[in-house]
Amino acid sequence: MAKKIVTALVGAAVLGFGATASQADTLSDVKAKGFVQCGVNGSNLAGFGAQDSQGNWTGLDVDLCKAVAAAVFGDATKVKYTPLSAKDRFPALQSGEIDLLARNTTWSISRDTQLGFDFRAVNYYDGQGFMVKKELGVKSALELSGASVCVQSGTTTELNLADYFRSNNMDFKPVVFEAQDEADAAYNAGRCDAYTTDASGLYSIRLKMANPDDHMVLPEIISKEPLGPAVRQNDSKWLDIVSWSHYAMVAAEEFGITQANVEEMKTSANPDIKRFLGEEADSTIGADLGVPKDWAVQIIKAVGNYGESFERNVGEGSPLKIARGLNAQWTKGGLQYAPPIR
Amino acid sequence: MALADARNGSSEPPKVSLLYNPALRSVLYQVVTLVVIVAAVWYAWNNVVQNLARANMSAGFGFLNSRAGFDIAQTLIAYTSDSTYFRALQVGLLNTLVVAAAGIVTATIVGLLIGVGRLSNNWLIARLCTVYVEIFRNIPPLLVIFFWYLGVLALLPSIRSIFQHLEENPDAIFFISNRGIYMPAPVFGEGFGMVVGAFILGIIAAIAFTIWANARQRATGKRPPVLWVNLGLIVLFPIVVFLVMGSPLSLDYAVPGSFNMRGGMSIGPEFLALYLALSLYTASFIAEIVRAGIRGVSKGQSEAAFALGLRAGHTTRLVVLPQALRIIIPPLTSQYLNLIKNSSLAVAVGYADLVAVGGTILNQSGKSIEIIAIWMLVYVSISLITSLFMNWFNAKMALVER
Repeated sequence: MAKKIVTALVGAAVLGFGATASQADTLSDVKAKGFVQCGVNGSNLAGFGAQDSQGNWTGLDVDLCKAVAAAVFGDATKVKYTPLSAKDRFPALQSGEIDLLARNTTWSISRDTQLGFDFRAVNYYDGQGFMVKKELGVKSALELSGASVCVQSGTTTELNLADYFRSNNMDFKPVVFEAQDEADAAYNAGRCDAYTTDASGLYSIRLKMANPDDHMVLPEIISKEPLGPAVRQNDSKWLDIVSWSHYAMVAAEEFGITQANVEEMKTSANPDIKRFLGEEADSTIGADLGVPKDWAVQIIKAVGNYGESFERNVGEGSPLKIARGLNAQWTKGGLQYAPPIR
Repeated sequence: MALADARNGSSEPPKVSLLYNPALRSVLYQVVTLVVIVAAVWYAWNNVVQNLARANMSAGFGFLNSRAGFDIAQTLIAYTSDSTYFRALQVGLLNTLVVAAAGIVTATIVGLLIGVGRLSNNWLIARLCTVYVEIFRNIPPLLVIFFWYLGVLALLPSIRSIFQHLEENPDAIFFISNRGIYMPAPVFGEGFGMVVGAFILGIIAAIAFTIWANARQRATGKRPPVLWVNLGLIVLFPIVVFLVMGSPLSLDYAVPGSFNMRGGMSIGPEFLALYLALSLYTASFIAEIVRAGIRGVSKGQSEAAFALGLRAGHTTRLVVLPQALRIIIPPLTSQYLNLIKNSSLAVAVGYADLVAVGGTILNQSGKSIEIIAIWMLVYVSISLITSLFMNWFNAKMALVER
């Protein structure tokens, strides 16, 4: 009997302590443990979050994790990655298992409010599309009535898909997978006529197919998918660091600062650039943000400016060859726009 | 107390501190344990609510009434993306129950056959059954599911080739493709209820006849032709009614649509993969249980039966199996429970079971604690109900001691 009581008490204690772990100040936690725990795509999404054969993580989202580590520690290697499925990503952030979620996650109002997260920066403006086999002879998504569509569960994609077919009075058969790899295999095996996810993802998945040229991405983009990093709500100091790490990359591109010329740019005559790179005397920008003075320099040295990161991961320098499109600088007709750093 | 009284031989109870009263003690311990458990659960729940509130999230089950917004492929009840989360969970639960029930029936039959086969005197049959058991028992169920889904069903003819086949053979009505099995669906016309009624009536009459026949056999020693009469009652009678009503049944054939077959009845590859994998995987364990059960009946029993002049079939059915069942049923219950729980591997192939649908809801609504609580509650309930039924069956089969 005494044993039973002890067991019950221990159980209660475990439950209690397990649940009370506080997480109000992520920056202090990160500094104390000495690294950033970053949640990234666990299904090898080339261009966003993928591991190469040596186990090194690469991708646009991974660069953001590195940028945050570079800003906080001056060392982009102080990141630990947690590969996550679409389904596991939110509980992982809610529970404090990760400090930052950079896993091609769409910023939507319900995720911002109901799930208890905060979004601010968008590191890739995406939209949902469809991929089909060329042999089907389909030229538009509006011809897909009656088709079986492969989709990943627990995504905004799944909801947009239902809404799109509904609003166009078409029916479809969803074939829903939890893991992207399984959806890829099923589509490849002919289980579905079409595959739907964010357009960037479609290009990445197309490369994985046995013969990429047999598949085409349909022209329709049926949704807005602003993908960006998410952090837990009510932690604005941490949100500031994550958002400004992205903006620093965007601003650097606007200023023409690259990985190669960042050292010489420190002596630039332009006061904006000097302030940005922490060369202005008495500047408190870094201190106010809670990071070292040369945070922007460290970010650029580690991952380059936004344009460099884009081209290396998803653009011309990568197998994906995605055009800048919406992700061009605002000065070039795109949506990437860094607020003034002053 | 009564015992103590009897021993002392006096009517006055001995003066002992209440604390040492065994009856009171046992009650007290149970009350204390209950209070501790309730307090622990309350404390944990309260903690969850507080922590969620700190993260600006609410706890509770109100979200179940919100619009789901996603579609589900396999639905046994009416469901659209406009239905509620609660409805979606019902769809998932039904899908779980269907695959579990079908799996249990098949696993039991296959397991019985393989288990008996392993004891066969035929060398080839016995070895083949051994190979079956050793293969399926030693592979994780998830791999068996993938084997069926990606290794077998995905390699079936594509839907396009089915369309082509139909053009060449317009009379074909049954198709197997990598999108599932297509067959005609029955459409019940007016008066079909009468046929169902006749079928039920036939079963009741057959049961009554069997009871009467047993009584007569006991009284006179003669056994009326039970099999033939019952067959007539259960099969022939409904067929006659069916014909009298003017065959109120038509078939809805599957025809090529734009991308998939339209109409008819179809069974998806997700269900098939899960069902086949669960059945065949669990059957290997059931086979071993059956073999153990039969081996557990002492050889003397069948020898005695043979000595009394019973034939081999009668010996198995009347002497060996009833005794073997007593050994078989308890471990069989565990296998059924395993099968039910393994059905949650459905997520791997995208079969919309309770876990798959719940997972989607969890992700769309962010209510992880509530969904996990629902999952646990449902699986515990299904398992307990199965256990209750099997315990009842076990008690019925147990040795009746007189």
